[in-house]
Amino acid sequence: MANIIEVEDLHFRYRDGTEALRGLSLSIRKGSRVAILGPNGAGKSTLLLHLNGIYLPARGKVRILGREITAKTERWVKSKVGLVFQDPDDQVFSSSVWEDVSFGPINMNLSAEEVRTRVEQALRAVQMEEHKNKAPYHLSYGQKKRVAIAGVLAMEPEIIVLDEPMGYLDPRGKDNLLAILNELHRREITIVIATHDVDLAAEWADRVIIMKNGRTLAEGDTSLLADEELVRAADLRFPVVVEIFRRLPELNLNPLPKTISEAVEVIRAELKHASWEHF
Amino acid sequence: MVENIVFGQYIPGKSILHRLDPRAKIFCLLTFIPAVLLAGHWPFYVLLTLLTAFLIVLAGLPWRIIFQTLRPFWFILVLTFLLQVFFTPGEAFLRAGIFQATKEGAVLGGLLFWRLTLIIAVSSLLTLTTSPLDLTAAVERLLAPVARLGVNAPELAMMMTVAIRFLPVLLREALTIKKAQQARGVDFNSGWPWERLAKTIPLLVPLFAGTFGRAEELAAAMEARGYRVGAKRTRLHPLRFAWRDLAAAGFTAAVFALVVFFRA
Repeated sequence: MANIIEVEDLHFRYRDGTEALRGLSLSIRKGSRVAILGPNGAGKSTLLLHLNGIYLPARGKVRILGREITAKTERWVKSKVGLVFQDPDDQVFSSSVWEDVSFGPINMNLSAEEVRTRVEQALRAVQMEEHKNKAPYHLSYGQKKRVAIAGVLAMEPEIIVLDEPMGYLDPRGKDNLLAILNELHRREITIVIATHDVDLAAEWADRVIIMKNGRTLAEGDTSLLADEELVRAADLRFPVVVEIFRRLPELNLNPLPKTISEAVEVIRAELKHASWEHF
Repeated sequence: MVENIVFGQYIPGKSILHRLDPRAKIFCLLTFIPAVLLAGHWPFYVLLTLLTAFLIVLAGLPWRIIFQTLRPFWFILVLTFLLQVFFTPGEAFLRAGIFQATKEGAVLGGLLFWRLTLIIAVSSLLTLTTSPLDLTAAVERLLAPVARLGVNAPELAMMMTVAIRFLPVLLREALTIKKAQQARGVDFNSGWPWERLAKTIPLLVPLFAGTFGRAEELAAAMEARGYRVGAKRTRLHPLRFAWRDLAAAGFTAAVFALVVFFRA
């Protein structure tokens, strides 16, 4: 089983008549890090809610681990796909951190012992165990975000979907979250994020899906983010690293560097080259 | 450590009051309140006051916190006192225009003031020493008999938890909206009372709109984590009635009986 998520010709219309998805298809491989990009109203959030079975497909199919999401499998899929909302205040609603993280496992009707172990493990994974008795409204935004992720981790999903994970986080909070995402990747959890942050996508993702008007515009590796036509069509902009090297056509680079480490490597090679020429 | 305690907040601790079964605590509160309301003779006021003080000491909470939970109620407390003082017929000791303060009114108002203070203090003791999770579990269990009549006890209990959790969030949101409007020139601190009241209406609109949006998001987030009305869920906090719970319940019941007996 290569593709852990498969979406086929998915359509969805909100009750007010907005057509959010119009024949969206995409596939995601197990263990990959996927960034979904696209302008506001492209249907990203609607797609995310389909992946976890909150919305059931009006037309088309969503398959998780090879099983189609229907009214029958909708409960099952909630334990397989964890959904982290953008605003942790929407998600973290209990009166203590511990209590909140236990919410998912309790809904899964696990044994009390199992609930306790899972909550402890999840809190440790996001380094929040020392705050477990605190009230969520006494936490910082970044800490609340970590609690929201722990709440999903405690359900031991195989896929974690995050809506704009870095939104409103301070630089330190972003670094912490990135470290957590890397750790989850190491555990072979498939991670899907929806974001407007092209720099994050270029730096972190190994696969990029670009959406527009409820359809997939392009699917591929991060080199899509350096594709001028695509970037314009999707109302995106180039990642900073790409933008810098686009303005240096004299370097004759193809492909362009997309991450900071790629850029550093290129610059270092150029410096070495230049110093030799100096001789 | 604890600043700005809100009524309904929980402060973790290990006191005997914290460890009592929440059902016993609810029972005690529900017998203590009518006892306070029915108390007819002054020795009972002394007794009930001493009892309240004793409970606060038992809870191991600083007095400061009890006063803080009382603070939002001061207006109602003072108002009831003044209404009694000025509108009870009797021997006047002070005149201000058409109003006259009576001795009988002062006594009656004082008693009412003290009764309400005791009730608020003891009620806040319940929430201060009981975690919302325990409180919900207790409410759920106590409502179990009515569940057969179609009352959905677990969902009622869940509603309670969510409501308690979101009080501070709503408060903060209201303050943010207020500041945003002040930044655009609204002056909330001057004008006649009805003018000030009118100014809060534009405050309520975004607050309600925001709350509904949040409620929708919250529902989606809860569903995403597998919550579903009527589903079987893990019970994490089995409640056990111990001898001390029985003793506490018995003691307050006795106080209540005494009050009723001497009133007759």
